[in-house]
Amino acid sequence: MLPESIEKNMSSETLITGKKAENAIKESLFLFTLYICVTIAILTLMTLIYDVLSTGTTRLTSDYEVGLITKIQIDNPIDFLTTLDSRYPDRAGIGPAFAGTVWLMIIVITVTFPFGTGAAIYLQEFAPKNKITRFIELNLTNLAGVPSVIYGLLGLAVFVRLAGFGRSVLSGGLTLTLLILPVVIVASREALKAVPDTIRQGALALGATKFQAVFRQVVPSAIPGMVTGMVLGLSRAIGETAPLIFMGALTYVNYFPDTPLSGFTAIPIQVYNWIGYPQAEWKETASAGIILLLGLLLIMNSLAIFIRNRYEKDL
Amino acid sequence: METKETVQVNSESVFNVTDLSVSYGDFVAIKNVNMDITKNKITAFIGPSGCGKSTLIRSFNRMNDLILGAKVNGTITYQGVDLYDKMVDPVQVRRRIGMVFQKPNPFPKTIKENITFGLKVNNMTDNMDERVEKALTQAALWDEVKDDLNKNALELSGGQQQRLCIARTIAVEPDTILMDEPCSALDPVATKKIEDLMQELVKDFSILIVTHNMQQASRSSDYCAFFTTKTSDDGKRRTGELVEFNETSIMFTTPDQELTEQYISGRFG
Repeated sequence: MLPESIEKNMSSETLITGKKAENAIKESLFLFTLYICVTIAILTLMTLIYDVLSTGTTRLTSDYEVGLITKIQIDNPIDFLTTLDSRYPDRAGIGPAFAGTVWLMIIVITVTFPFGTGAAIYLQEFAPKNKITRFIELNLTNLAGVPSVIYGLLGLAVFVRLAGFGRSVLSGGLTLTLLILPVVIVASREALKAVPDTIRQGALALGATKFQAVFRQVVPSAIPGMVTGMVLGLSRAIGETAPLIFMGALTYVNYFPDTPLSGFTAIPIQVYNWIGYPQAEWKETASAGIILLLGLLLIMNSLAIFIRNRYEKDL
Repeated sequence: METKETVQVNSESVFNVTDLSVSYGDFVAIKNVNMDITKNKITAFIGPSGCGKSTLIRSFNRMNDLILGAKVNGTITYQGVDLYDKMVDPVQVRRRIGMVFQKPNPFPKTIKENITFGLKVNNMTDNMDERVEKALTQAALWDEVKDDLNKNALELSGGQQQRLCIARTIAVEPDTILMDEPCSALDPVATKKIEDLMQELVKDFSILIVTHNMQQASRSSDYCAFFTTKTSDDGKRRTGELVEFNETSIMFTTPDQELTEQYISGRFG
């Protein structure tokens, strides 16, 4: 026979508390607040994108005429991408800036990939675990958070002046490399860290040297993660304006940069420049530039996600 | 290498362990181990969790070198050579003394590449296809995978993965195989296959196996070592020690030590 108190607790009446409705209201209030937060964030973004799209498409779609005076010259994406800048908003293309951004991407990839992955592999796999290594690791994380303007200043001092590369696309690319190197190193280290230790042990137990274990088993397994980090770093680099302006990229360029030592401009700088003109039509041209930049970023981020999903299941 | 004075070489033994202790920093995981491991026999290490069995088996192929702060005192000689001599290359040690781990750890590559990796790093690149077939056959896996050698090894079942790990270990022609609880992640059917396989392999290799499974030790091994943990006087530290080392048949019928008898009969541990 159970004691009375227990018997009472176990009776089904205790299931009915009268608090059910109260709890439900609290819960839905809380959820509502969360929905509002999400909606505000998404609406802001949507407004921005709508504004840019509705303004900028005039330069990218053909069936459009400006007022009664002239038919605009640039009216499709191909022309927009290949035409030089101009004094007239309806004739200005983003050609040189697009070419400048492509140059920057090539330089950034060529320099960042070997240095970024090299540093990450050393730090994660080979470096002795001591105070110096920890100090370096801590500072890498800090460097990833340094404002980009500071890197512009560094680029100006080191690449433009000291190394004598001038205000060239090479200096710009190297400055952006410095900017994203910490991010890429941290991401690559994370990718290496994600490779299970049993892989390293398995390789070593077969008589592989440390070097063989790392470069034939661990690194190949980490490559997808490393590439993802690289692509994300790159997409940050091509959106940067401040460091490039600081190190002296040009704003009005009417030629295509043909060597690494050419002067250059990049898409975000071009947009920044156009938006600064007083005439209303420039706003449309600038918006078209923004659409292009957003498109590039979207493609690159999708690529990163694709690579991650494609290879994630292999580990 | 001056190894003559430290060892009375028994032609039958592959390892001679003398006064061995392994510590991680201040923590002594196992101490005072003395044993001779017999060639072409299966030697099982049994004992409760935390008694240092895995630590001990990892010092036979210097896998403990990879753990920060691990320190091995005393000597392990392998065919008369001190494994921890300064002149000894741990990479060569691991090539001669293979290891199979607790959890199957195939490389995330094809079945074939899992085996050729070991061959390549050991410059055994002649007749690779034959070597792959031979290793897989020895590991009793050939018939199951011969038609899809280019399949990703991670698509195999757990038991197949573990046999693949055994295959890649024997492909590089070691003479000893260390097994650290090779069946603990496997079901009874897969376990049975591995045990049968061990009986085949022991004709060519010396096998050391750590196991938690008493039946497995009594079924498969020729020699058996029982370890336990001893708590220090102040009760703060637990250190593994060898309690008894004997032929398995004796160990499981008339053990010398009462502690062994208690453990084996399930009254302790």
